[in-house]
Formats: sequence, C-alpha cells, structure tokens
Amino acid sequence: MDDRDANNGISRRTVLQSASGSAALCAAGVTAQQAEPAMPAAPAEPSATVRSVALRINGRGYTLKLEPRVTLLDAIREQAGLYGTKKGCDRGQCGACTVLVNGRRINACLTLAVMHEGADITTIEGLGTPQALHPMQQAFVENDAFQCGYCTPGQICSAVAMLGEHRNGHPSAASTDLRAPMAALSDEEIRERMSGNLCRCGAYTNIVAAVRSVAAPSRS
Amino acid sequence: MVNLEYQRATTVADAIRLGAEPGSAFIGGGTNLIDLMKGGVANPRRLIDVSALPLAAIAPLPGGGLRIGAMARNSDVANDRLVRERYPLLSQALLAGASPQLRNMATVGGNLMQRTRCYYFYDTAFDACNKRRPGSGCAARDGHNRIHAVLGASEQCVATQPSDMNVALAALRATVVVQGRSGERRIPMQDFHRLPGDSPHIDTTLGADELIVAVDLPANAFAPHSHYLKIRDRASYAFALVSVAAALEMRDGVVQDAGLVLGGVAHKPWRVVAAEQALIGKPLGPDTIAAVSRSVLQGARPLEHNAFKIPLADQAIARALRIAGGLT
Repeated sequence: MDDRDANNGISRRTVLQSASGSAALCAAGVTAQQAEPAMPAAPAEPSATVRSVALRINGRGYTLKLEPRVTLLDAIREQAGLYGTKKGCDRGQCGACTVLVNGRRINACLTLAVMHEGADITTIEGLGTPQALHPMQQAFVENDAFQCGYCTPGQICSAVAMLGEHRNGHPSAASTDLRAPMAALSDEEIRERMSGNLCRCGAYTNIVAAVRSVAAPSRS
Repeated sequence: MVNLEYQRATTVADAIRLGAEPGSAFIGGGTNLIDLMKGGVANPRRLIDVSALPLAAIAPLPGGGLRIGAMARNSDVANDRLVRERYPLLSQALLAGASPQLRNMATVGGNLMQRTRCYYFYDTAFDACNKRRPGSGCAARDGHNRIHAVLGASEQCVATQPSDMNVALAALRATVVVQGRSGERRIPMQDFHRLPGDSPHIDTTLGADELIVAVDLPANAFAPHSHYLKIRDRASYAFALVSVAAALEMRDGVVQDAGLVLGGVAHKPWRVVAAEQALIGKPLGPDTIAAVSRSVLQGARPLEHNAFKIPLADQAIARALRIAGGLT
C-alpha cells in the first residue's frame, strides 16, 4: 500500500526525488518549498497567471500558488505533496488518479485545481492511516487485491465512493430495471461500477472479492 | 498544455460576454476539453468556467416534459428520479457512457459539445485532419477507419459523434435551449449537430456567442417501451461501435409513436424520420422491423475497415426494437 510514502524514513520517493525526480520538479517550476504547503511558496519563474488557490484536502487547508492550467492531480501531488494519488494515463482512461471531491469520485487528471476552490477533497491519505486502515484498505490487504499496487489508491477511493452510490440507490448499466428499487450488489454490478479503474496486473478477481467483503460481509 | 487565463462566470450574461471573445472557451466538467488541451488539439487562451452557474436543476416543465439544466452532471441526470421514471432511455444511455468518475464530472452541455474520438483528430502527429486543421485533408479516409462513419460522411471527414446521451436525446425529441447576446434560441436536437460536408471543423449549429443553458424533454409515453443498446469492443467503459436508441409507444401490440436513432455511425445522431413513421400503426413484426432497418441504413457506405458496422447496425436495430417492444 502507501506505507512507504507515508513513512518518514528512506523511501522510493526520497530516492527518486534526490535523483532525476528533482530535475523534473525544477523544470516544472516547482521548488522544494512549494511541495511543503506550510512554507511560503515562491515560483521559480513568475507567471502573470499564477494565483493563490485555497484547497481543503483531507480536512486540512492548503493555500497553493498555481497557474490555472495545473490539474487537480498535479496540485495534489506536486504542490500539496500528497503522493498517494497516482498519475497513470493522465488522460481520464485509467482511474489511477481517482479522488473524492465533496464525497464524489472523479478523475483528478481531467480537472483544474483552480476549479475546486473551497471543495472538500479526500485522497487515499485521508481515508485511513497505516496504523488505522479504512475498512476498504483492510479488505484489499486481506484479499490480496493488488500486485504492483500502482492503481490501488484509485481503486480504493473509487470503491469507497461506489458503495455510497449504491447505498443511495444510484443505478448502473448492470441494473436491469431503472425504475425498480436497487438490488443487492452482485459481482456483475461491482465489475460494472468499478470499470473506471483499470488494473494492468489484472487483479480484478481479488478486487471484486475485496469490494464484496466490505459491501456484504456475510457473503464472504 | 500551454498556459492560459481562467475566469469563473458568475451569471449567464457574464459567461456569454466573456465566451464571445476570441480565444475563449467554456469549460464545464472539462473531461473532453482538458484532454484535448493536453494533446494540443484545443488551444484556448482563456477558459470561462461555467460549471458554477445556477444551471444544474432538473425540473418538470409546465404541461408535462422535463427541463434539464446544462450544468447538471451526467451522473445526476442518470440518477434523477423523474428521468428514470419518465425517460429511462436517457438514464440508460448516460450509464452506458464513460466511467462513474467521468459521469460525475461531465455536464449535459459539455456532452452535447463532445468532439469526435477519431484517432487522427486526436493525434497532432498527423498533419491531415480537416476537423482540426481545415483544408489539411483526411487521414482517416484511407487510414485506420474501423470506428468511423458509414452514413452522412463527406470526402473531407468521416468522423463520428461519440456521445451516447445525444443519441437518446434525439430519440426523445429533445430541444437544446441556448442563450446568446440576442436572447434565447431553441434548437431541435435533430438540428443541433451537423453533417461534416466541406466544413467538418464545425460540429454543431451553436453560435460563437451562445451558451447552452438547458435541454427540454417533451412529454411522451415512451417510458415502458424504450431501450438503449450499445455495441462496443469491451463490456464497459468504451465508445460505441454502433448504438441504437429505440423508444416506442405501444397500444394493444400496435406502435402508436416511435423514436429510433443510431449512434456511432455518423457525424451526428442518425435519425430517419420516415423510418420512425413507418413503424406507426403496425404491430412490431419481423417484416416491419426489417423494412425499418433498411430505411435507416439506406445509403450506408463502408470504408476499408468498417463495413462490419452495416450488418451490425441492422441487427442492433432489430434487437433494440424487439427489446423495447417487449418481444424478447
């Protein structure tokens, strides 16, 4: 899972950042200070369009200095420093960047940060902690619902929102009668409702099992 | 993505004024526009954010019918109690499109304006695309054209409209309500999207100074007998190769009224009014269905790689009509 990112010790990210990663960050006009939201941000090259944007992520306020073209995904990762949300395709085709905005799951790569001023954003870091996992995180661990883990934060955020949608009676393309009350969450329903999250390792069988175990514990 | 300016519109009048300025583009959910901007296909200098305008309501119209605000999110429309009760065809079409995440973002107005998924339009590595660069040619006509149009195409463009929602709206005879500097205009769904002809860079009949504010659905009795059938390369989260929106009003096994529209085959939702009328007054038998299908597909012309779409559409029409009519 994302323990490596959350821990303070030497991590994959630290290694990446100290090498080529830091060059890429500098090229993008992001300084080390900007990655720390508590510190005053100073863009390397002032741009006329840079503005101050207040975002609320996992219950904490962030004031980020960013250009309007910065996606919510890049703001979360590169400016708020929350690396749990992953950049897969960056084109709305894979779901790795799924976050919750005011409780609704969206692709953070296809929206601009500036459009979410004042919104309540939840990322994987806001769902649980390594010490106190969210039930969906726990279920993914118990069901071995991943292999490389790259799509997992998006899968989990998506699954948490999906259960809420089903509880609220939202239909899916697998629902046979849109005018009838919502039936229990079948595996077919889970697959359809999770179809916006791709897993290149093909862990789908166990992902369905993990989601099912949280949706209907008695069936597992 | 090149740098740009961003402005949030606070009123419709404000949005229309800002949107009419050269280089401006409206942004609603952004699911198509930001993708196009990342690929360098769309290059607006200024985005006018219309997503916060008070245009997201879904409310009954006096005298029957329903008004759906242009900023209503696709998922909210699909989930809406009145839409599911009175226009389940629309819910079905919306739920067949994209993914839950994208449907949570995409707006009705944005979906109407969705651009083609032609590979050559999307990839600026190819010089030839009359839709992207007028006069540059069409790389799809003699290229990889499996997903392209078999109806209504021109020498200049063989692209298709990718939306599922638009196909259902056409079958339900929706009206697109737009506002411009000279006031409100009502555009029948049939006239909103256009055929490519020799100006494929223009997708719709919306004016440069106009903003979509709502979609009006007229009252009808299609709800118990409608079906959206989508055929695609995988079971979910893919664009249609062919889709059919079939809406019937039945009495004692006889068709009283019909809406029948094809998606994935043309530059606009493909509706043949004569074919719809040919259903009226008849029971839904195999001969009637076959004749109607022939009428819808009249003039279909395949490209090198998409000939399969014609028999596929023929069978999809038959299946959608049978399911809508309760025959299977």
